[in-house]
Amino acid sequence: MNDFVRLITLQDANTRVVILGSSLLGLACGSVGALSVLRKRALVGDAVAHAALPGVCVAYLVVGNRNFAAFLLGALLFGVLCAAFIAAVRTYTRVKEDAATALAIGSFFGLGIALSRMIQSQPSGNRAGLDSFIFGKAASMVAADAKLISIVCAVVVLAIVLLYKELKLLCFDRDFAQSLGWPVSRLDLVLMGLVAVCTVVGLPAVGVVLMVSLLVIPASGARFWTDRLGVMIILSGLIGAIAGVLGTSISATAALPTGPMVTLSAASIFAVSFVVAPRRGIVAQVARQRRLRRRVGIQNVLRAAYEATEQRTDPRATWASSKSMHAGLRLAMKEGLVLQADADRYQLTRYGVEEAVKVVRAHRLWELFLTDKASVAIDHVDRDADQLEHVLPREVVERLEAQLRGEGRLPITPGEMDVPGSVHEIGGQP
Amino acid sequence: MTSGDWWVMLTAVLCALPCSVLGCFLVLRRMSLLGDAITHAILPGIVLAFVLTGSRGVSPMLAGAAAAGILTALLSGAINRWGKVDEGASLGLVFSTMFALGVVMLGWVPRTMDLDPGCVLYGIIEGVPFDTTLVLGFAVPKAALTLGIVTIAVLALVIVFFKELRIVCFDPQLATTLGISAAVVHYALLGSVATTAVASFEAVGSILVITMLVAPAATAQMLTDKLGTMVVVAAIVGILDAIVGHLLAVMLNSSVAGMMSVAAGIIFVTVALASPRHGVIGKIARRALLRLRIAEEDVLGTLYRNSEADQRLTITQSASLRTRRRLVKLAVWRLTRAGQISNSDGRLHLTEKGLVSARSVVRSHRLWEAFLAKHSSLPLDHLHDPSERVEHFITAPLQEELAREAGECADPHGKAIPPR
Repeated sequence: MNDFVRLITLQDANTRVVILGSSLLGLACGSVGALSVLRKRALVGDAVAHAALPGVCVAYLVVGNRNFAAFLLGALLFGVLCAAFIAAVRTYTRVKEDAATALAIGSFFGLGIALSRMIQSQPSGNRAGLDSFIFGKAASMVAADAKLISIVCAVVVLAIVLLYKELKLLCFDRDFAQSLGWPVSRLDLVLMGLVAVCTVVGLPAVGVVLMVSLLVIPASGARFWTDRLGVMIILSGLIGAIAGVLGTSISATAALPTGPMVTLSAASIFAVSFVVAPRRGIVAQVARQRRLRRRVGIQNVLRAAYEATEQRTDPRATWASSKSMHAGLRLAMKEGLVLQADADRYQLTRYGVEEAVKVVRAHRLWELFLTDKASVAIDHVDRDADQLEHVLPREVVERLEAQLRGEGRLPITPGEMDVPGSVHEIGGQP
Repeated sequence: MTSGDWWVMLTAVLCALPCSVLGCFLVLRRMSLLGDAITHAILPGIVLAFVLTGSRGVSPMLAGAAAAGILTALLSGAINRWGKVDEGASLGLVFSTMFALGVVMLGWVPRTMDLDPGCVLYGIIEGVPFDTTLVLGFAVPKAALTLGIVTIAVLALVIVFFKELRIVCFDPQLATTLGISAAVVHYALLGSVATTAVASFEAVGSILVITMLVAPAATAQMLTDKLGTMVVVAAIVGILDAIVGHLLAVMLNSSVAGMMSVAAGIIFVTVALASPRHGVIGKIARRALLRLRIAEEDVLGTLYRNSEADQRLTITQSASLRTRRRLVKLAVWRLTRAGQISNSDGRLHLTEKGLVSARSVVRSHRLWEAFLAKHSSLPLDHLHDPSERVEHFITAPLQEELAREAGECADPHGKAIPPR
């Protein structure tokens, strides 16, 4: 624990480098990832990362020693080659994008494995540190690496800021962008290039296999909190940065591999967003559905009450409720819409009558609309209206009413309590 | 090759066979990446089984892996549906998290047992011949035995449920109306993939499983349009991938699993380029021939119109031909050789034979213009361009029909429609 505190408070120079590097890496990957996820190219990053391994091997074979710059260049070259391969297969053959991506991942990574085995069996016996590229080792990051990551991060942020409008349209409506005469394929290429650059500089820290998580998870998490692209990119970058710092810190203190820890940190942030985010989170969604169910239950009771007492002149006559409405009835009584008159007889309150009129009116107007305009059979219309009456917006009800008045199907003088007659016989379950 | 090498190759083939057969359905249902995800995500299941039982027993691992595989599909489905996260992203999210979890859990495995992330990724197929068990008195490698059983099971499943699989692949709605549950088939498919992946992982690692799931099926897709043929072709390609990869690995002294993936990739690219019907080269060649034919017909048409107007334009001065000078040169050369045009005093003329073809081209053009004038609301000055494009695709019977429909006498610009 003490180590962890030391790490987080940046007491060592070396730690500062690692923390700075991994947070900037997370920032860059997160913000680019947001765009590539929205462009539905989430897994191209995975393919590019896997393709980097043979690139690193080839660079080693060419240069002959562990030269970081050469490694990155090789990785970038193969990453771009891989992205081009996927695009070519998608465009020129009948093989679909998903199969092309999986094929590229397998073949390129296979090549990487084969080459690294050949390098390892060379007489020099130098393992070339290739293994660290597979699972990543952020702790070995030095000042030069951190500098490179900062440069890449700056380039990425600058590119996103400068091309914001273009990339936004590319992600949301590529066809429209094309019809405006924008160079969409070149923009796509720019986006993929940014992904490739981020992937490649992240490899030594996070590793080939799990690089995709830094591109995808922060973006997916950020999506829960906002509907605006700008906010989403910033949030995604922040989540990425936090995941980077958390992951490397835990990894360094608990002697666990870095890549997996970064992934798991990001996944935890995602899980929290998935559960608690307002509106889109699971809790909010469940609560919303519950509210809707309750409203539907209450409205069903109101309509049953209205229809049970409709034949009599007194809207506040008592009626006997059926068992299936018990839950709705209890809620309606709690909200002061219904009173219990007798042991098993109930009565609408004055407020209840008002609400019941609204519900029944919406239902019957919709029924009229369905039978007239959508030519739904009369014996089907009740059920169809049932599904919609609870969610009909007020304006729709008003428009329906105006239309029916115009056609002389409702009394011309408007009154709050007008309810059109039912198009079918009332009876059975509402 | 030693007998050990033969076992390695047999194991590789036994891995390739079920993968390539199942892969056909994954590729056609556009679930290739789910296969990729499952092969990564089974890691925590395997490790958990390993830690709990303390052995490399096959059945607990199979159970753990199948559970992890199904969990991946369910989780990514839930995130996709509830979170409205794009499908690819939710897959990437779940499998990378599961894999990370698996790698961390590997820390609990005692050092004495050789299970490490590297071995999960690319396996140790070279070690297969040394871990044997006795079957009917013969020493058979355990991995080969397991994969053999899986291969037989997968082949049997696919043969028995071929009809159901086919319907679910091509028309899930129809399958549902026929009372075949698409969901059951979906999860059965995923379960089989997870089982095959776990049976293979020890020997060949997850990376080869991914390649073998997708590459042979994609290769077969380039060669045939029938599902039955595709499955058979994929199986053959899978076997071929395994053998070629193994030979490459032996020759270059490299990783067998890696080289098999490379071989699969190379074979796919070769087929994708050279396949007779769907190959890229064939497509390009067909397109080039079509362009050449169009250029030839345009030359003939231009010469015909020239003679009509008694103009003295050379071919290369004609507006429509000026932009494709090299193609036109080739077209003129071919037409001259075919005796359709002749060159006298530096000018091109239609021969008798050429006149027939030229008339047909111009006839198609003007009939189409007449037809458009009668039946579309295009203004007169917009009729030429579409007709210029369509004239090359109007067959003799269609000409007759157009003539009946639009009349033979003149096109909307007043030019005569040449007779047949």
